[in-house]
Amino acid sequence: MTTTVQLSEDVLALSTRRSYIEMNARARAAQLLDAGAFRELLGPFDRVESPWLPMQGIVPQWDDGCVVAKGTIDGVPAVAIALEGKFQGGSIGEVCGMKMAIALALARQDCERGIPTRAVLSLESGGVRLQEANIGELVIAEIYAELIALRKYVPVIVVIAGMTGCFGGMSLAAGLASYVVMTRQARLSMNGPEVIEQEAGIEELDARDRPLIWSICGGAQRHATGLADMLVEDDVAEIAHAVRTLFKRGQPARLRSDAHDLYIERLGRLDPAQEWTADQIRAVCKEQMP
Amino acid sequence: MEKLSFEYPASDEKPKRAHVGVVGSGDLEILLEPSQDAKAHVTVQTSVSGFAETWKAVLDRFFANYQGATIFDIRDCGATPGTVAMRLQQAVEVSRQ
Amino acid sequence: MSRGRIWFEALSGSSGRQSDGPGSLLLAEATLGGERVSYVALAPDAQARFPRARGGEVGVEEGWYGARTIRRIIDADGDSTKRPIVTIVDAKSQAYGQREELVGIHLAAAALISAYAEARVAGHPVIALIVGRAVSASFLVLCGQANRVLAFDDEQVLVHAMYKDAAARITRRTVEELDTLGATIVPMAYDIQSFDKLGGLYRLLQVASPDEPNVGTVEQVKLAVIDAIADARRGPRDLSSRLESEGAKQYRKASLIVRTKMAEQWTAQ
Repeated sequence: MTTTVQLSEDVLALSTRRSYIEMNARARAAQLLDAGAFRELLGPFDRVESPWLPMQGIVPQWDDGCVVAKGTIDGVPAVAIALEGKFQGGSIGEVCGMKMAIALALARQDCERGIPTRAVLSLESGGVRLQEANIGELVIAEIYAELIALRKYVPVIVVIAGMTGCFGGMSLAAGLASYVVMTRQARLSMNGPEVIEQEAGIEELDARDRPLIWSICGGAQRHATGLADMLVEDDVAEIAHAVRTLFKRGQPARLRSDAHDLYIERLGRLDPAQEWTADQIRAVCKEQMP
Repeated sequence: MEKLSFEYPASDEKPKRAHVGVVGSGDLEILLEPSQDAKAHVTVQTSVSGFAETWKAVLDRFFANYQGATIFDIRDCGATPGTVAMRLQQAVEVSRQ
Repeated sequence: MSRGRIWFEALSGSSGRQSDGPGSLLLAEATLGGERVSYVALAPDAQARFPRARGGEVGVEEGWYGARTIRRIIDADGDSTKRPIVTIVDAKSQAYGQREELVGIHLAAAALISAYAEARVAGHPVIALIVGRAVSASFLVLCGQANRVLAFDDEQVLVHAMYKDAAARITRRTVEELDTLGATIVPMAYDIQSFDKLGGLYRLLQVASPDEPNVGTVEQVKLAVIDAIADARRGPRDLSSRLESEGAKQYRKASLIVRTKMAEQWTAQ
């Protein structure tokens, strides 16, 4: 005798789910663009790589850990920029950073010519690449300038999925973005937990306390405190859909980085002489909702 | 960091170019491009020095079964022989798509 | 007193203390080269509300109140002459703390970066004068968006992505190894002369006794800032002067290749 097992919709959905986190930068960029509309610029075959890493015995990567691809999103011209978190921790070096900055600049120039060109950035980065230190700093400043210039024309959307997360100089880029999409597994924080523990001591933060880390800067917390616009599952279709939904929304009523009064007021409701909890920040954020 | 070079005889069959992998810990990146001569030219740039013999063994085995006229540019970050063999195979599969 | 505060007071003639906002944020209007300018600086404040932001770091208050300060300057000038905004930079780094991360210091820093960029794009000459430290986020926030960056040519002046001991730990090298690398890899070096080679600075200033400004050195620095302001007004309102510099031609060749090649490939089909 045989029995038929009916799988619930949830289980079926799970089994067809495709992990975005497991994808490399190239695959992510392709998934964020409309199907069949992927044209990579300065890809690995162009062999434009870091001049600095071989000088110190580090094996470079041909795309320097950054994928830039032109395509469309819902038919509108777009550029997808994706960082490879597995190469040098997604850190920003000269070539990697310039690819980002120039891609944003070229998108803006097209906007100025009357061709609105969207930008979506998949950021997995520990920050500046210390092996290229000061050039990294200069290039990151240029990324900011171009992002700020482009976001006047079209929303600039940042996707942070994990597992590398978005730290250091790239966390500030996320702060400048029009919209931020995060998974629960993702983290967004200026300073990584190890750096905080190193600088401020283990009483300030125990970098091995994973639940604590995610409660501070994980996707769920950031979404619940207004620092991310959408919280998504680790699913390619869901993430691509979230990005399209946000582009359809158009320009935000106010950029997060322009909300001085809101955040100054938030600081006023908190007492830094006391310990803070993640729930407390969520509560204050709720209080401030109109 | 160490640079190694190898050469193998090949047929005239020129594959399409292919790229696989990531220069991440325990992984490697391979660029495969058609070669102008009937040979397979392999260059390896690896973060782990002193394993020329191991590389030769893995590559000898691979090229015993692959005769494309190719340039293989390999960037390695401490991958195991198994991972290297897997990526080589993957590169060939991509070149055949 | 930090060098930042010393030079802020010497140049502006004011303590810069504000009635609202953190005590670390200094602001003063003054006359320079015959026009109104605003001076801005961060300095240590032992009474700061945030315990982890008492050493002159860029913390959450500095980010948000700093952004509001710059925005108010932009709004105040409206359609009339855009005054120069001169930031005297001597800031240890960003603030490192759990509270800072909880309340989003990355966004507070982004807010101030955004404000400086808006000021520059609106036509204000944004000048950064590095008299001490500009490391990690304190460089990105206080200098990154400036039209022109000047620095004292002095051992205590430091521009870098990360302090040496921390960088050594993270890259798993010794401090001696970092020094050796810095000798041949210019972007990794810690001296300000090496940073100058990269083309990010408009001028390196030789100032005698930089810890003790006198009438002569104050006049010297003011003239240098006036020159930078004039130069900024002659050029575009973007950061292109950095990539057009002699330093970039020599040390940022890869940047220039990326710029050229990506533009070619962008339009090709």
